[in-house]
Amino acid sequence: MLNSTGVVAAQRPWSRRWLTAVAGLALGVMTASAARAEDTIKVGILHSLSGTMAISETTLKDVVLMLIDQQNKKGGLLGKKLEAVVVDPASNWPLFAEKARELISKDHVSVVFGCWTSVSRKSVLPVFKELNNLLFYPVQYEGEESERNVIYTGAAPNQQAIPAVDYLASPDGGSVKRWVLEGTDYVYPRTTNKILEAYLRDVLKVAPEDIMINYTPFGFSDWQTEVSKIKAFGSAGKKTAVVSTINGDANVPFYKELGNQGIKATDIPVVAFSVGEEELAGLDTKPLVGHLAAWNYFESIKTPANEAFIKAWHEFIKNPKRTTNDPMEAHYIGFNMWVKAVEKAGTADPDKVIEALPGTRQANLTGGVSELLPNHHITKPVFIGEIRPDGQFDVVWKTKDLVPGAAWSPYIATSKNLIGDWVKLKCGNYNTVTKKCGGA
Amino acid sequence: MRFCRACLVALIVALCFAPGWETARAASVADAIAHFTADDFSETLTGIKAIASSGDPRAETILRALQDGQLQFSAERKAVYIKDNSGKLTDAATGQPISGDAPADTDNVRINNRLRGAIDAALGGLTLLAKSPATRYDAAQAVFKSRQASALPTLVAAIANEQDPKVKHAMQEARAAIILSGAASDQDKLAAVEIIRQRGDQDSLGLLASLPTNMSATVMKRVTAAINTIKNRLALWEAVQNAWYGISLGSVLLLAAIGLAITFGVMGVINMAHGEMVMLGAYVTFVVQDIIRANDPALFDYSLAIAIPASFLVAGGVGILIERCIIRFLYGRPLETLLATWGLSLILQQAVRTAFGPNNREVGNPSWMSGAVDVGGITITYNRLWIICFAIAVFIALLALLRFTRFGLEMRAVTQNRSMAASMGIRTSRVDALTFGLGSGVAGMAGVALSQIDNVSPNLGQGYIIDSFMVVVFGGVGNLWGTLVGSFVLGIANKFLEPYAGAVLGKIAILVLIILFIQKRPRGMFALKGRAIEA
Amino acid sequence: MTPHILIRSLDRGAIVFLSAVACIAIVVPVLNLAMPPTSALYVPTYLVALFGKYACYALLALSIDLIWGYCGILSLGHGAFFALGGYAMGMYLMRQIGTRGVYANPILPDFMVFLNWKQLPVSWYGFQYFPYAALMVLVVPGVLAFVFGWFAFRSRVTGVYLSIITQALTFALMLGFFRNNFGFGGNNGLTDFKDILGFSVQAETTRNALFSISCVAIMISFLLCRAIITSKFGKVLIAIRDAEARTRFLGYRVESYKLFVFTLSACMAGVAGALYVPQVGIINPSEFAPANSIEAVIWVAVGGRGTLTGAVIGAVLVNYAKTYFTSGFLAAYWLFVLGALFILVTLLLPRGVVGTLRQWNALRRDRASAAAEDGVREPLPAE
Repeated sequence: MLNSTGVVAAQRPWSRRWLTAVAGLALGVMTASAARAEDTIKVGILHSLSGTMAISETTLKDVVLMLIDQQNKKGGLLGKKLEAVVVDPASNWPLFAEKARELISKDHVSVVFGCWTSVSRKSVLPVFKELNNLLFYPVQYEGEESERNVIYTGAAPNQQAIPAVDYLASPDGGSVKRWVLEGTDYVYPRTTNKILEAYLRDVLKVAPEDIMINYTPFGFSDWQTEVSKIKAFGSAGKKTAVVSTINGDANVPFYKELGNQGIKATDIPVVAFSVGEEELAGLDTKPLVGHLAAWNYFESIKTPANEAFIKAWHEFIKNPKRTTNDPMEAHYIGFNMWVKAVEKAGTADPDKVIEALPGTRQANLTGGVSELLPNHHITKPVFIGEIRPDGQFDVVWKTKDLVPGAAWSPYIATSKNLIGDWVKLKCGNYNTVTKKCGGA
Repeated sequence: MRFCRACLVALIVALCFAPGWETARAASVADAIAHFTADDFSETLTGIKAIASSGDPRAETILRALQDGQLQFSAERKAVYIKDNSGKLTDAATGQPISGDAPADTDNVRINNRLRGAIDAALGGLTLLAKSPATRYDAAQAVFKSRQASALPTLVAAIANEQDPKVKHAMQEARAAIILSGAASDQDKLAAVEIIRQRGDQDSLGLLASLPTNMSATVMKRVTAAINTIKNRLALWEAVQNAWYGISLGSVLLLAAIGLAITFGVMGVINMAHGEMVMLGAYVTFVVQDIIRANDPALFDYSLAIAIPASFLVAGGVGILIERCIIRFLYGRPLETLLATWGLSLILQQAVRTAFGPNNREVGNPSWMSGAVDVGGITITYNRLWIICFAIAVFIALLALLRFTRFGLEMRAVTQNRSMAASMGIRTSRVDALTFGLGSGVAGMAGVALSQIDNVSPNLGQGYIIDSFMVVVFGGVGNLWGTLVGSFVLGIANKFLEPYAGAVLGKIAILVLIILFIQKRPRGMFALKGRAIEA
Repeated sequence: MTPHILIRSLDRGAIVFLSAVACIAIVVPVLNLAMPPTSALYVPTYLVALFGKYACYALLALSIDLIWGYCGILSLGHGAFFALGGYAMGMYLMRQIGTRGVYANPILPDFMVFLNWKQLPVSWYGFQYFPYAALMVLVVPGVLAFVFGWFAFRSRVTGVYLSIITQALTFALMLGFFRNNFGFGGNNGLTDFKDILGFSVQAETTRNALFSISCVAIMISFLLCRAIITSKFGKVLIAIRDAEARTRFLGYRVESYKLFVFTLSACMAGVAGALYVPQVGIINPSEFAPANSIEAVIWVAVGGRGTLTGAVIGAVLVNYAKTYFTSGFLAAYWLFVLGALFILVTLLLPRGVVGTLRQWNALRRDRASAAAEDGVREPLPAE
């Protein structure tokens, strides 16, 4: 029925235009990639600048920009200037993979600093493996991974969760006997809680009825029921604590509800692994005084290196109120390790840099010297901080030495025999029992 | 009675001024305070205990300063100072201003949770005889929690003097707690169990459950019975609590949805930028509080009263602007409005992100919205209570506006029959703009309330948009009562499901129920009847 | 019969469109594989992956245009069908990993080992076989759409009500898939794929093949849609779109027509998702996010509702804009650009890019041959 003459006459011009447009587009992209500058070393920054994760990741983009700026003022690297390539993966996981591919294939970056959530890391991982490039991942995560192309500068569970629980179980932490493991339902809390549950049961000999595990969805905002559940669980006559792996946005309403229902840190302390200075900046912290966080860095730690870093950060961001936090320090360590490895390798070629990286040592901001281990994790100090009325943390406990990051948890049955070693064994999941690479 | 008390106070005062005692006490406080200069938690704990038992009149001041983080120490001079709000230092032990220049190396005496607990307990013991009944009540509660046997003699004296029945009751409960935890005759213990059973809250349950099991069989039996009674009582209250939580969630949904009930329900504009109007309202609250903090902190408690009209005007103004610039060209094309307003919501979010940064902004609770009150076995938090009142007030105001004002009349006329209304002389385009502005303004006011319980971030609105649409559709488009009933039904249903199904499954169940409900009643609970709706 | 329908569905515009897609399907892989990387005509592999992604989005847009443009059903939850198809394919790809996972468990995917699961959930049975997975790609979205549509259309849920409950559907699914206990990998979803039908998913040849297959899928779906809308069945659909009550009074079983086309569209979306997953390398619950579904509707609106070709062009245009603006110095402002694009298109080009071009041409032609009144033009969608 469609009248051919009419529609066809109507369609001819645009179809031609469309073809021209596509050809133009393709050509445009190609010329862009052809004109690559050889006199700079390109550094990719893959952090979300929009969408739900922008709240955390935007700051990290700025930190890397600052570090690049500082390095360039020192004369660059290998006689070349560093050049930042910023992309916005928009909190969209497939877009992370696409942007990673673009950074490596089109912009020819030598290294990428990026990702926050585990899923974004999982999404870009195949790309980095395929194109053999290098990613620095700055956030605490669930472990159970050791890849040749990724350097994990955030904490593994043994560098955050287990020391925190140890502290709470000690007399100083209140000799806690009853535990609520409260988390957002995704892989990091699931794994961390799995590890903690095993640790509480086997090492601290906590009875199963004294452990409550609960999960809530992302961005959960109505905490009334959950908080009263915690309150009821805490009234069994034993000292109770909450180990919180609640993610991002859900924290503010959680703490607000805690404060309003009158749960003080002296009654039921909450120790959090994802709440830092940045998150507290959006909160009235007075009702939260005394609740805890476990990190490898706090802004309030007084060392010359940290003071210089904070000063430089305030100057760079032109806002003296902006806070610093743990993942920022992780990028600081990672970036400087990368610089040292590039100097050692004499080239910015990711493949060579990956070989040069293990063993690199870099002073962290809290007074120790972190070292990159063969499993691509780093050694870190662990601090327990209590929230102060001004939104900063008072360090109430710290580990004596730096804790080496363990890629594979000994408390998970399937991974207790695995190790990662990219120096001698060249393997991320080497089984020490079967003496084979590849997990089993 | 009153005479006795006066005597006691006089005695204490006299004792304090007795010269011989004076030096001895001062020395012991100075000794105790020296522990604070070690910068070590267990040393500080020893210090706190020593101060508490010193009986020195300055003990309370020192401990309060320690609690508030105002106690400073100088390791070099081995001295401890109290730093007041203006930054002036006074010697902690004597209360005298420091002589000479201030020490250079002062630092806070750090405390942790364990010390905070010890301070609370010590202050409880020290302030049982305080002047203000509220302080005495708090002291009694602190003793109830700490159950320190050392506080018993003071407590007994305090009970004997106490006039206020509420405080006296609390003190008796505290005494019962100490008796139960320590060594006492079976008779005393049985009486104590009875007092605790009557108190009947979660703390009592905690106390009874933590008692040592080596008490006599009669006491143990009574304790077990008391635990069961309290548990049964709390279980009954749990249903009430769920209902309360449901009402509270319902009021949040109502606030979020009611603006949409106007723009979507009455005008038929699918406004995907509705959530962003809520977000704007929350940011207005932030700005208002920021200005107040900078200029006149005393006004902080009134910040919300200022923010409510301000956010209404800002969000309403933006709404009118949107209507004039975009939506008026799209009337009669609801699905295209959806697309345009979606684009608009992206722009507004990014604009706020650019202007205020992507991080959460701090919006404080005024003092009258902080804290909670225990009613029977449930805790009612003030902020939730106020939000419920506010939601209902907004609802009534809107209803009245639609029902009794000329603008409301015009609005209803335009909605029901645009061309007829126009021919009666109503300027329909003006009514359209104002109606959209009203809906947006109401959303802005909702933002003020939501800023009290949720993140103030550019993503704030996104979290509520889907729920808002569900509420409006479930209740019935074009009917404010439907929105009211819809939000409370969904809120309460959600909260009754949550304890059994968990937060996620509860929410999924609600969504599935809405989908099924719409099959049954395709136009919502309170459907408009008649021919007009088909068009 | 069938060839007759197909031939009838092909006007010159359709032929031009099909040959353009076919051309791209051949030229891009050739330029990628046969040209040396130094050549000016070389298409880098990452562009092939990118174009492959666009192609899948285009197919999704096509499926939405079929129901929205020709039957007036605005689904704001079509991302759900896309994601379900994607999950079906993802599960096949997960099973193909076998012992190459980090824990080297031959049966269980890594995330199950990691959560200490001992057995494969029943829902995962059979997904090691490609034909079964391919069947599921069609069946799962199809059955869901059928059941959902059966209820919704029979109780005459229409217009915005339908739009909003489709949104509720995808939102509920998103929450469900986020749950780790659901057994589909929770928030991390399914990732780290190795092989598809024995070919490495990362190999250039596989990428090119997947791209070409996606283009072929677009061509087949396009033909299918054309065949439907140019048939008598299609005219009833358009009648439903323009006056549903009147069509019902004329004796047509409106809900059956809607149900059929809705289910078909869901299957198409499922295929799009299935092709999408091996090309982007991950499927996770955020694909169910209502915002994604709304965005897909916007592609159709930008390209031109009720034009089919417009849907494809809209999807490619908007996504290209997204790719372009999320890089470089514009990265912080791309939401402004995207938002402004949506507003301007709805205000200035209510018929979308293709619709507007057609309208201009039609006007010009009308002016040129006002005398030659040669029949009815394809009706444009009315709101």
